[in-house]
Amino acid sequence: MTIRVEHDLHRRRLSRNVGVGLTLVALIAIVFGLTVVKVRQVGFTQGFDHTVRPELIPVEDSR
Amino acid sequence: MTDATTQIDAAPYEPTFGDYVALLKPRVMSLVVFTAFVGLLVAPVPVHPFVGFCAILFIAVGAGASGALNMWWDADIDAVMRRTARRPIPSGRVAPGEALAVGLGLSLLSVVMLGLTAGWLAAGLLAFTIFFYAVIYSMWLKRSTPQNIVIGGAAGAFPPLIGWVCATGSVSVEALLMFGLIFMWTPPHFWALALFMKSDYHDAGIPMLTVTHGRRATRAHILVYTAFLVPVALGLALTAIGGPVYLVTAVVLNALFMKGAWEIWRRDEAAAEADAYAVEKRVFRFSLWYLFLHFGALLADAALRATNLTWGIL
Repeated sequence: MTIRVEHDLHRRRLSRNVGVGLTLVALIAIVFGLTVVKVRQVGFTQGFDHTVRPELIPVEDSR
Repeated sequence: MTDATTQIDAAPYEPTFGDYVALLKPRVMSLVVFTAFVGLLVAPVPVHPFVGFCAILFIAVGAGASGALNMWWDADIDAVMRRTARRPIPSGRVAPGEALAVGLGLSLLSVVMLGLTAGWLAAGLLAFTIFFYAVIYSMWLKRSTPQNIVIGGAAGAFPPLIGWVCATGSVSVEALLMFGLIFMWTPPHFWALALFMKSDYHDAGIPMLTVTHGRRATRAHILVYTAFLVPVALGLALTAIGGPVYLVTAVVLNALFMKGAWEIWRRDEAAAEADAYAVEKRVFRFSLWYLFLHFGALLADAALRATNLTWGIL
Protein backbone atom coordinates (compact mmCIF):
# COMPACT_ATOMS: atom_id res chain seq x y z
CA MET A 1 0.00 0.00 0.00
CA THR A 2 1.40 3.44 -0.91
CA ILE A 3 1.00 6.63 1.08
CA ARG A 4 -0.81 9.02 -1.24
CA VAL A 5 -1.32 11.99 1.04
CA GLU A 6 1.25 14.72 0.49
CA HIS A 7 2.50 15.89 3.87
CA ASP A 8 4.49 19.08 4.52
CA LEU A 9 7.41 16.83 5.47
CA HIS A 10 7.51 15.46 1.91
CA ARG A 11 7.44 18.95 0.45
CA ARG A 12 10.38 20.02 2.64
CA ARG A 13 12.37 16.90 1.75
CA LEU A 14 11.68 17.44 -1.95
CA SER A 15 12.79 21.07 -1.69
CA ARG A 16 16.01 20.01 0.02
CA ASN A 17 16.77 17.19 -2.39
CA VAL A 18 16.08 19.29 -5.49
CA GLY A 19 18.13 22.19 -4.05
CA VAL A 20 21.14 20.03 -3.21
CA GLY A 21 20.87 18.27 -6.58
CA LEU A 22 20.79 21.50 -8.56
CA THR A 23 23.69 22.89 -6.50
CA LEU A 24 25.81 19.85 -7.28
CA VAL A 25 24.95 20.06 -10.99
CA ALA A 26 25.89 23.76 -10.94
CA LEU A 27 29.21 22.96 -9.23
CA ILE A 28 30.02 20.33 -11.87
CA ALA A 29 29.15 22.84 -14.65
CA ILE A 30 31.37 25.50 -13.02
CA VAL A 31 34.37 23.17 -12.62
CA PHE A 32 33.96 22.01 -16.23
CA GLY A 33 33.62 25.58 -17.51
CA LEU A 34 36.64 26.75 -15.51
CA THR A 35 38.69 23.85 -16.87
CA VAL A 36 37.78 24.79 -20.45
CA VAL A 37 38.63 28.48 -19.88
CA LYS A 38 41.93 27.76 -18.09
CA VAL A 39 43.06 25.27 -20.74
CA ARG A 40 42.21 27.72 -23.53
CA GLN A 41 44.10 30.52 -21.75
CA VAL A 42 47.26 28.36 -21.72
CA GLY A 43 46.94 27.93 -25.49
CA PHE A 44 48.28 25.24 -27.80
CA THR A 45 50.95 23.14 -26.09
CA GLN A 46 53.10 20.24 -27.15
CA GLY A 47 55.05 17.74 -25.07
CA PHE A 48 57.03 14.55 -25.41
CA ASP A 49 54.82 11.74 -26.69
CA HIS A 50 57.30 9.05 -27.77
CA THR A 51 57.77 10.38 -31.31
CA VAL A 52 60.55 12.59 -32.71
CA ARG A 53 59.25 16.19 -32.96
CA PRO A 54 62.02 18.57 -34.07
CA GLU A 55 59.80 21.64 -33.51
CA LEU A 56 60.02 21.04 -29.74
CA ILE A 57 63.83 21.51 -29.72
CA PRO A 58 64.84 25.11 -28.85
CA VAL A 59 66.33 27.06 -31.76
CA GLU A 60 69.84 27.45 -30.21
CA ASP A 61 70.23 23.70 -29.63
CA SER A 62 69.17 22.73 -33.15
CA ARG A 63 72.08 24.65 -34.76
CA MET B 1 -5.78 9.90 11.04
CA THR B 2 -3.57 6.90 10.26
CA ASP B 3 -0.63 5.69 12.33
CA ALA B 4 1.73 6.81 9.58
CA THR B 5 0.41 10.38 9.70
CA THR B 6 0.72 10.45 13.47
CA GLN B 7 4.33 9.34 13.24
CA ILE B 8 5.12 12.01 10.61
CA ASP B 9 3.56 14.75 12.72
CA ALA B 10 5.63 13.67 15.73
CA ALA B 11 8.88 13.77 13.71
CA PRO B 12 11.26 16.70 14.27
CA TYR B 13 11.18 19.59 11.77
CA GLU B 14 13.17 18.85 8.65
CA PRO B 15 14.71 21.93 7.07
CA THR B 16 13.98 22.97 3.49
CA PHE B 17 16.73 24.06 1.11
CA GLY B 18 15.64 27.65 1.79
CA ASP B 19 16.42 27.19 5.49
CA TYR B 20 20.02 26.33 4.62
CA VAL B 21 20.19 29.31 2.24
CA ALA B 22 18.95 31.57 5.07
CA LEU B 23 21.98 30.42 7.12
CA LEU B 24 24.21 32.16 4.57
CA LYS B 25 22.68 35.61 5.27
CA PRO B 26 21.60 36.31 1.66
CA ARG B 27 21.16 40.06 2.24
CA VAL B 28 24.73 40.43 3.50
CA MET B 29 25.85 38.26 0.59
CA SER B 30 24.23 40.66 -1.89
CA LEU B 31 26.41 43.50 -0.53
CA VAL B 32 29.47 41.25 -0.70
CA VAL B 33 28.67 40.28 -4.30
CA PHE B 34 28.23 43.92 -5.31
CA THR B 35 31.40 45.28 -3.67
CA ALA B 36 33.53 42.32 -4.80
CA PHE B 37 32.13 42.75 -8.32
CA VAL B 38 33.12 46.43 -8.32
CA GLY B 39 36.59 45.62 -6.93
CA LEU B 40 37.12 43.10 -9.70
CA LEU B 41 35.72 45.26 -12.49
CA VAL B 42 37.49 48.55 -11.70
CA ALA B 43 40.89 46.80 -11.58
CA PRO B 44 43.07 47.72 -14.56
CA VAL B 45 43.62 44.07 -15.51
CA PRO B 46 40.96 42.39 -17.68
CA VAL B 47 39.50 39.14 -16.37
CA HIS B 48 37.81 36.44 -18.42
CA PRO B 49 34.06 36.86 -17.78
CA PHE B 50 33.54 33.28 -16.64
CA VAL B 51 36.58 33.39 -14.33
CA GLY B 52 35.27 36.71 -12.93
CA PHE B 53 31.80 35.21 -12.39
CA CYS B 54 33.24 32.20 -10.58
CA ALA B 55 35.54 34.38 -8.44
CA ILE B 56 32.58 36.52 -7.30
CA LEU B 57 30.51 33.39 -6.68
CA PHE B 58 33.17 31.80 -4.46
CA ILE B 59 33.75 35.05 -2.56
CA ALA B 60 29.97 35.16 -1.93
CA VAL B 61 29.93 31.49 -0.84
CA GLY B 62 32.83 32.21 1.54
CA ALA B 63 30.93 35.18 2.98
CA GLY B 64 27.84 32.97 3.34
CA ALA B 65 29.90 30.29 5.08
CA SER B 66 31.18 32.81 7.62
CA GLY B 67 27.54 33.91 8.13
CA ALA B 68 26.57 30.29 8.90
CA LEU B 69 29.44 29.98 11.39
CA ASN B 70 28.35 33.27 12.97
CA MET B 71 24.78 31.99 13.30
CA TRP B 72 26.01 28.73 14.84
CA TRP B 73 28.07 30.57 17.46
CA ASP B 74 25.55 33.33 18.17
CA ALA B 75 22.41 31.17 18.32
CA ASP B 76 21.94 31.96 22.03
CA ILE B 77 21.94 35.75 21.61
CA ASP B 78 20.04 35.58 18.29
CA ALA B 79 17.17 33.92 20.20
CA VAL B 80 16.99 36.91 22.57
CA MET B 81 17.04 39.68 19.97
CA ARG B 82 13.81 40.53 18.15
CA ARG B 83 15.69 41.29 14.91
CA THR B 84 17.36 37.85 14.78
CA ALA B 85 14.90 35.54 16.60
CA ARG B 86 13.47 34.22 13.32
CA ARG B 87 16.86 33.04 12.04
CA PRO B 88 17.04 29.28 11.21
CA ILE B 89 18.77 28.09 14.41
CA PRO B 90 16.88 30.03 17.13
CA SER B 91 13.57 29.29 15.38
CA GLY B 92 14.41 25.56 15.45
CA ARG B 93 14.43 25.05 11.67
CA VAL B 94 18.11 24.03 11.47
CA ALA B 95 20.10 22.14 14.12
CA PRO B 96 23.25 23.92 15.39
CA GLY B 97 25.47 21.03 14.31
CA GLU B 98 24.10 21.23 10.77
CA ALA B 99 24.86 24.95 10.62
CA LEU B 100 28.43 24.29 11.77
CA ALA B 101 28.84 21.58 9.12
CA VAL B 102 27.44 23.85 6.39
CA GLY B 103 29.72 26.71 7.51
CA LEU B 104 32.90 24.62 7.66
CA GLY B 105 32.12 22.73 4.45
CA LEU B 106 31.37 25.84 2.42
CA SER B 107 34.40 27.66 3.90
CA LEU B 108 36.73 24.93 2.68
CA LEU B 109 34.99 24.66 -0.69
CA SER B 110 35.00 28.43 -1.34
CA VAL B 111 38.67 28.93 -0.40
CA VAL B 112 39.95 25.99 -2.45
CA MET B 113 37.80 26.90 -5.47
CA LEU B 114 38.79 30.59 -5.32
CA GLY B 115 42.45 29.54 -5.14
CA LEU B 116 42.05 27.39 -8.26
CA THR B 117 40.02 30.10 -10.00
CA ALA B 118 41.85 33.34 -9.24
CA GLY B 119 45.04 32.54 -7.32
CA TRP B 120 46.11 31.74 -3.80
CA LEU B 121 46.58 35.32 -2.56
CA ALA B 122 42.87 35.95 -3.14
CA ALA B 123 42.04 32.57 -1.56
CA GLY B 124 44.25 33.37 1.44
CA LEU B 125 42.49 36.71 1.92
CA LEU B 126 39.11 34.96 1.72
CA ALA B 127 40.23 32.39 4.30
CA PHE B 128 41.44 35.21 6.56
CA THR B 129 38.11 37.04 6.11
CA ILE B 130 36.14 33.95 7.15
CA PHE B 131 38.45 33.42 10.14
CA PHE B 132 38.23 37.10 11.08
CA TYR B 133 34.42 37.19 10.97
CA ALA B 134 33.78 33.81 12.61
CA VAL B 135 36.56 33.75 15.22
CA ILE B 136 37.95 37.27 15.82
CA TYR B 137 34.59 39.07 15.55
CA SER B 138 31.88 36.54 16.49
CA MET B 139 33.69 34.48 19.11
CA TRP B 140 35.94 37.12 20.63
CA LEU B 141 35.20 40.79 20.02
CA LYS B 142 31.40 40.82 19.76
CA ARG B 143 30.80 39.83 23.38
CA SER B 144 33.88 41.39 24.94
CA THR B 145 34.37 44.98 23.75
CA PRO B 146 32.28 47.95 22.63
CA GLN B 147 34.80 48.35 19.80
CA ASN B 148 33.36 45.11 18.32
CA ILE B 149 31.80 46.88 15.36
CA VAL B 150 34.89 49.00 14.66
CA ILE B 151 37.35 46.09 14.38
CA GLY B 152 34.78 43.57 13.18
CA GLY B 153 33.91 45.91 10.31
CA ALA B 154 37.11 44.74 8.62
CA ALA B 155 35.42 41.44 7.77
CA GLY B 156 32.82 43.21 5.63
CA ALA B 157 35.49 45.42 4.07
CA PHE B 158 37.53 42.62 2.51
CA PRO B 159 35.31 41.65 -0.50
CA PRO B 160 36.29 44.56 -2.85
CA LEU B 161 39.94 44.00 -1.90
CA ILE B 162 39.62 40.30 -2.73
CA GLY B 163 37.86 41.17 -6.00
CA TRP B 164 40.75 43.48 -6.90
CA VAL B 165 43.33 40.80 -6.03
CA CYS B 166 41.42 38.27 -8.18
CA ALA B 167 42.04 40.56 -11.17
CA THR B 168 45.52 41.94 -10.47
CA GLY B 169 47.10 39.31 -8.25
CA SER B 170 48.35 41.99 -5.83
CA VAL B 171 47.20 44.61 -3.30
CA SER B 172 47.44 48.32 -4.17
CA VAL B 173 46.42 51.69 -2.72
CA GLU B 174 43.09 51.66 -4.62
CA ALA B 175 42.18 48.30 -3.11
CA LEU B 176 43.19 49.47 0.36
CA LEU B 177 41.06 52.61 0.03
CA MET B 178 38.02 50.54 -1.05
CA PHE B 179 38.68 48.43 2.05
CA GLY B 180 39.01 51.61 4.13
CA LEU B 181 35.74 53.01 2.78
CA ILE B 182 33.69 50.06 4.08
CA PHE B 183 35.81 49.74 7.22
CA MET B 184 35.21 53.37 8.24
CA TRP B 185 31.57 53.30 7.11
CA THR B 186 30.63 50.30 9.29
CA PRO B 187 30.76 51.94 12.78
CA PRO B 188 28.46 54.94 12.10
CA HIS B 189 26.13 52.66 10.12
CA PHE B 190 25.73 50.13 12.97
CA TRP B 191 25.72 52.68 15.77
CA ALA B 192 22.83 54.49 14.08
CA LEU B 193 21.01 51.13 14.07
CA ALA B 194 21.95 50.50 17.72
CA LEU B 195 20.43 53.85 18.72
CA PHE B 196 16.94 52.88 17.60
CA MET B 197 17.18 49.08 18.24
CA LYS B 198 18.18 49.84 21.78
CA SER B 199 16.50 47.06 23.75
CA ASP B 200 17.78 44.27 21.46
CA TYR B 201 21.50 44.61 22.20
CA HIS B 202 20.84 45.40 25.84
CA ASP B 203 18.66 42.31 26.30
CA ALA B 204 21.27 40.11 24.63
CA GLY B 205 24.06 41.53 26.80
CA ILE B 206 26.18 42.55 23.82
CA PRO B 207 28.55 45.36 24.85
CA MET B 208 27.44 47.75 22.12
CA LEU B 209 28.62 51.30 22.62
CA THR B 210 25.05 52.34 23.48
CA VAL B 211 25.06 49.82 26.35
CA THR B 212 28.59 50.38 27.74
CA HIS B 213 29.20 54.09 27.20
CA GLY B 214 25.68 55.44 26.89
CA ARG B 215 23.76 57.00 24.06
CA ARG B 216 25.37 60.46 24.33
CA ALA B 217 28.83 58.92 23.73
CA THR B 218 27.46 56.86 20.83
CA ARG B 219 26.13 60.01 19.14
CA ALA B 220 29.57 61.63 19.51
CA HIS B 221 31.27 58.50 18.12
CA ILE B 222 28.99 58.55 15.05
CA LEU B 223 30.04 62.15 14.33
CA VAL B 224 33.77 61.48 14.82
CA TYR B 225 33.84 58.27 12.77
CA THR B 226 31.86 59.91 9.96
CA ALA B 227 34.44 62.73 9.96
CA PHE B 228 37.21 60.09 9.60
CA LEU B 229 35.24 58.40 6.82
CA VAL B 230 35.08 61.52 4.64
CA PRO B 231 38.81 61.77 3.71
CA VAL B 232 38.93 58.07 2.89
CA ALA B 233 35.91 58.37 0.60
CA LEU B 234 37.22 61.53 -1.09
CA GLY B 235 40.77 60.15 -1.28
CA LEU B 236 39.52 57.34 -3.51
CA ALA B 237 38.58 60.00 -6.10
CA LEU B 238 42.28 60.92 -6.45
CA THR B 239 43.41 57.40 -7.34
CA ALA B 240 43.48 55.73 -10.74
CA ILE B 241 40.00 54.24 -10.26
CA GLY B 242 38.42 57.59 -9.31
CA GLY B 243 36.80 59.86 -11.87
CA PRO B 244 34.31 62.70 -12.31
CA VAL B 245 31.25 60.62 -11.45
CA TYR B 246 32.85 59.30 -8.28
CA LEU B 247 34.14 62.73 -7.23
CA VAL B 248 30.73 64.40 -7.56
CA THR B 249 28.97 61.47 -5.90
CA ALA B 250 31.46 61.37 -3.01
CA VAL B 251 31.29 65.13 -2.38
CA VAL B 252 27.47 65.14 -2.28
CA LEU B 253 27.05 61.93 -0.26
CA ASN B 254 29.74 62.79 2.28
CA ALA B 255 28.24 66.25 2.82
CA LEU B 256 24.85 64.61 3.44
CA PHE B 257 26.31 61.93 5.72
CA MET B 258 28.17 64.57 7.75
CA LYS B 259 24.94 66.57 8.01
CA GLY B 260 23.08 63.47 9.24
CA ALA B 261 25.81 62.63 11.76
CA TRP B 262 25.77 66.25 12.97
CA GLU B 263 21.99 66.09 13.46
CA ILE B 264 22.31 62.83 15.42
CA TRP B 265 25.03 64.40 17.60
CA ARG B 266 22.96 67.52 18.32
CA ARG B 267 19.89 65.60 19.46
CA ASP B 268 19.33 64.27 22.94
CA GLU B 269 17.30 61.21 23.90
CA ALA B 270 14.16 63.19 24.67
CA ALA B 271 14.09 64.68 21.16
CA ALA B 272 14.83 61.30 19.59
CA GLU B 273 12.08 59.53 21.51
CA ALA B 274 9.64 62.33 20.68
CA ASP B 275 9.83 61.56 16.95
CA ALA B 276 10.50 57.80 17.33
CA TYR B 277 14.17 58.11 16.28
CA ALA B 278 13.24 59.52 12.89
CA VAL B 279 16.67 61.09 12.26
CA GLU B 280 18.60 57.98 13.36
CA LYS B 281 16.43 55.78 11.12
CA ARG B 282 16.85 58.19 8.20
CA VAL B 283 20.65 58.26 8.59
CA PHE B 284 20.75 54.46 8.86
CA ARG B 285 18.77 54.06 5.62
CA PHE B 286 20.86 56.75 3.96
CA SER B 287 24.09 54.98 5.00
CA LEU B 288 23.00 51.94 2.94
CA TRP B 289 22.55 54.16 -0.13
CA TYR B 290 25.83 55.90 0.70
CA LEU B 291 27.85 52.71 0.27
CA PHE B 292 25.87 51.45 -2.71
CA LEU B 293 26.21 54.74 -4.60
CA HIS B 294 29.95 55.11 -3.89
CA PHE B 295 30.67 51.71 -5.40
CA GLY B 296 28.15 52.35 -8.17
CA ALA B 297 30.03 55.57 -9.02
CA LEU B 298 33.34 53.66 -9.19
CA LEU B 299 31.66 51.31 -11.63
CA ALA B 300 30.31 54.23 -13.69
CA ASP B 301 33.79 55.76 -13.94
CA ALA B 302 35.23 52.41 -15.00
CA ALA B 303 32.57 52.26 -17.73
CA LEU B 304 33.47 55.82 -18.80
CA ARG B 305 37.15 54.88 -19.00
CA ALA B 306 36.24 51.82 -21.03
CA THR B 307 34.51 54.09 -23.54
CA ASN B 308 37.44 56.54 -23.48
CA LEU B 309 35.43 59.33 -21.88
CA THR B 310 38.23 60.34 -19.52
CA TRP B 311 38.97 63.38 -17.38
CA GLY B 312 40.73 65.09 -20.33
CA ILE B 313 37.63 65.71 -22.41
CA LEU B 314 35.26 66.56 -19.56
